Amino acid sequence: MDFNATLIGQTIAMIVFVWFTMKYIWPLLDAAITERQEKIAEGLAAADRSQHDLELAQKKAAETMREAKEKAAELLEQAKKRHAEIVDSAKDDARAEAEKIIAGANAEIEQEVHRAREELRKQVSVLAVAGAEKILQRNIDASAQADILDSLVAEL
Amino acid sequence: MSAENSTGYIKHHLQNLQACSTEDGWAFNSVENPTLCSGSRLDAINVDTMGFSIVLGAIFLWIFRRAAKKATTGVPGKFQCFIELVIDFVDTNVKDTFHGKNKLIAPLGLTIFAWVYLMNLMDLIPVDWIPGLAHLMGVPYLKIVPSTDVNITFAMSISVFILILFYSIKVKGITGFTKELTLNPFNHWAAIPLNLVLEGAALLAKPISLSLRLFGNMYAGELIFILIALMGYMQLPLHFGWALLHLLVIFLQAFIFMMLTVVYLSLAHEDH
Repeated sequence: MDFNATLIGQTIAMIVFVWFTMKYIWPLLDAAITERQEKIAEGLAAADRSQHDLELAQKKAAETMREAKEKAAELLEQAKKRHAEIVDSAKDDARAEAEKIIAGANAEIEQEVHRAREELRKQVSVLAVAGAEKILQRNIDASAQADILDSLVAEL
Repeated sequence: MSAENSTGYIKHHLQNLQACSTEDGWAFNSVENPTLCSGSRLDAINVDTMGFSIVLGAIFLWIFRRAAKKATTGVPGKFQCFIELVIDFVDTNVKDTFHGKNKLIAPLGLTIFAWVYLMNLMDLIPVDWIPGLAHLMGVPYLKIVPSTDVNITFAMSISVFILILFYSIKVKGITGFTKELTLNPFNHWAAIPLNLVLEGAALLAKPISLSLRLFGNMYAGELIFILIALMGYMQLPLHFGWALLHLLVIFLQAFIFMMLTVVYLSLAHEDH
């Protein structure tokens, strides 16, 4: 337990060491650690934020998808409706056309019948006249009995 | 080994290499005159203590300065991680104990912790290696564990004591500090002398216990290493066991010295 100048020497050495640490070591390392801690905190916050953003985006995407599906279904419905309408109107048109054609054909037939009847009437009247002529050739003047013949023709 | 030889061996290992001024100028103590420089005197110096402690302190500063210069705020390397681990360990302990703002305490704690740790670590080098090598080179004595020298432990504790006084007066003022010494624990004018004795003893006990604890632990540890080294082949397992235990002591003593320094300085900052 001898005390000598070593005590003073060590005190000086200690002061120098502490001063050096305080000036050139501690602040640098402390700053580096603090800054890294801040960086890590920021990084974690950013990760949280992007997680949140991702959730929002996913929600939005799901929403958009749902809307698109709804729209598609709506369009399909409309198309079906339109299709039915077109088919219906085509049917109506066709029916009308067919009726028109049938009506035309009927009118033509009527006309034809009419004409044939007319023809027939003429021929019958001619035939009747011819027959009557032959009958009356012997004594009766055809022209004197023309009014009777005409009334006969009209009765046919 | 005979008893006399053993005594000589132990004495040799516990003797510092000293230099002092004599009538014929500066001289070292030698095997012929080991007590040439002994005694408490100001014109003698323990060369081995000074040398080893300054080299170890410089190693500490060099390692940490290197880390500090290359410190990156990005992903740190393993070396930087290790240094930061030490810094963080000290910083956490300081922040847990000391709540004021003081730029000195954390670096002081780090310096004390790392320096004392490195000095204590010298205890794990087998007791004959470096002194034996020095003996071959003609150096008669060499004590390689600086913390087994009272001079260094007292140098540190006295520095801490001066800081305690400085901060006590700075924070509380001279009157506040005087009041603390005279009106505690009995707050009555008649008890002032008693208080002064009690508080004075408590104040002085701080640096003395601080330095004697470290010195006592390291000196005893070193002595046991020396005793083990005397035991022939039996020393191998014993040395291993004691070194293992001492590994803990080395860390613990460095940690205690740092923690108590921080605690004392934190007490000095507290205003009652």
